[in-house]
Amino acid sequence: MRVMIIGCGRVGAVLANRLDEGGHEVIVLDRNQQAFRRLSEKFSGERIVGNGLVEEFVRPTLEKKTDMLFAMTDKDNINLMIAQRVKLNFQPGKVIAVVHDSILAGIYKELGVQTVCPTDLVIKDLLQTIQEG
Amino acid sequence: MYIIIVGAGKVGYHLAKLLMTQGYGHEVMLIEKDRAKVDLLSMEFHDAIMEADGSTVEALKEAGANRADVVVATTGNDEDNLVICQIAKVMFLRPRTIARVNNPRNEELFTGLGVDASVSGTKLINAIIHEQVRAGDMMIPLLTLKAGDIEIVEVQLTRSSHIVKKKIKDLTLPPGSIFIAVIRGEEVIIPYGETEFQPEDKVLALVKRTSEEALRKML
Repeated sequence: MRVMIIGCGRVGAVLANRLDEGGHEVIVLDRNQQAFRRLSEKFSGERIVGNGLVEEFVRPTLEKKTDMLFAMTDKDNINLMIAQRVKLNFQPGKVIAVVHDSILAGIYKELGVQTVCPTDLVIKDLLQTIQEG
Repeated sequence: MYIIIVGAGKVGYHLAKLLMTQGYGHEVMLIEKDRAKVDLLSMEFHDAIMEADGSTVEALKEAGANRADVVVATTGNDEDNLVICQIAKVMFLRPRTIARVNNPRNEELFTGLGVDASVSGTKLINAIIHEQVRAGDMMIPLLTLKAGDIEIVEVQLTRSSHIVKKKIKDLTLPPGSIFIAVIRGEEVIIPYGETEFQPEDKVLALVKRTSEEALRKML
């Protein structure tokens, strides 16, 4: 698979490392060069320094057939805007936006944007732990 | 009308002040997430300002978005303005949504994603400067519609104008343009095929920006 990850934070970097280890073609974009320090030394994918909201930075990657795009910066609204623009302009196989605000995540799911909500996942996990006693 | 404005920067502040003045007399709620700004403005706005992140459903609900006629997003971040307009539209009773677009290149995207109207300061200023530059020109823009896509222009004909002594039916107007009035002295003529242009006529035309150059050449 060819996967683009926008936002090389704690989660983005680990996802990039795993996919890279799994033999996938990974392209990581972050505004901040320093963010790439989170990637493993063995990481063989492409690193792009740039703003994911500005089309020039994502176009060269997405003009080639891309199976998946993850918008996972630390800002919900940025992720939602990136996801919607990419869907509209490039139609990659799958677009996933990470949205921490659980209500927002729900709304955009209704609007046809695939979202993953870390808050919901943590709560689910905590509740399960509580139930297990 | 009840109007919610998100973002109390220069644009949001002045817009709120204007809409609340006697002439307009609208009810306004200003939402701002920076506490220092809210504190500074609370003397002036009293109950018409609240501290919150306007790009959340809770904040919009608290501001009374359910009875809002219009929601205007004026923050300096396009991603926030987009989300504000989108959630205002789908979670409440479909108020009219207006977004400030900081990067003019986002304007088309906003329209495609369901924002009712977007306003780009950069684009407007450019258009005004461009108009002023052309003011020495014989074609004077009178009114700009659809955020600059369509204009009503006034053209003063002279003896050397190409269309003088010609009838409208004999002219081929560039597509996207039409004559709407001819002013001859004190008289206003609504033009039709038989209307013949005279030197000194003032011609009013409605023209798409894309056809403007062609119309200018023709006249």
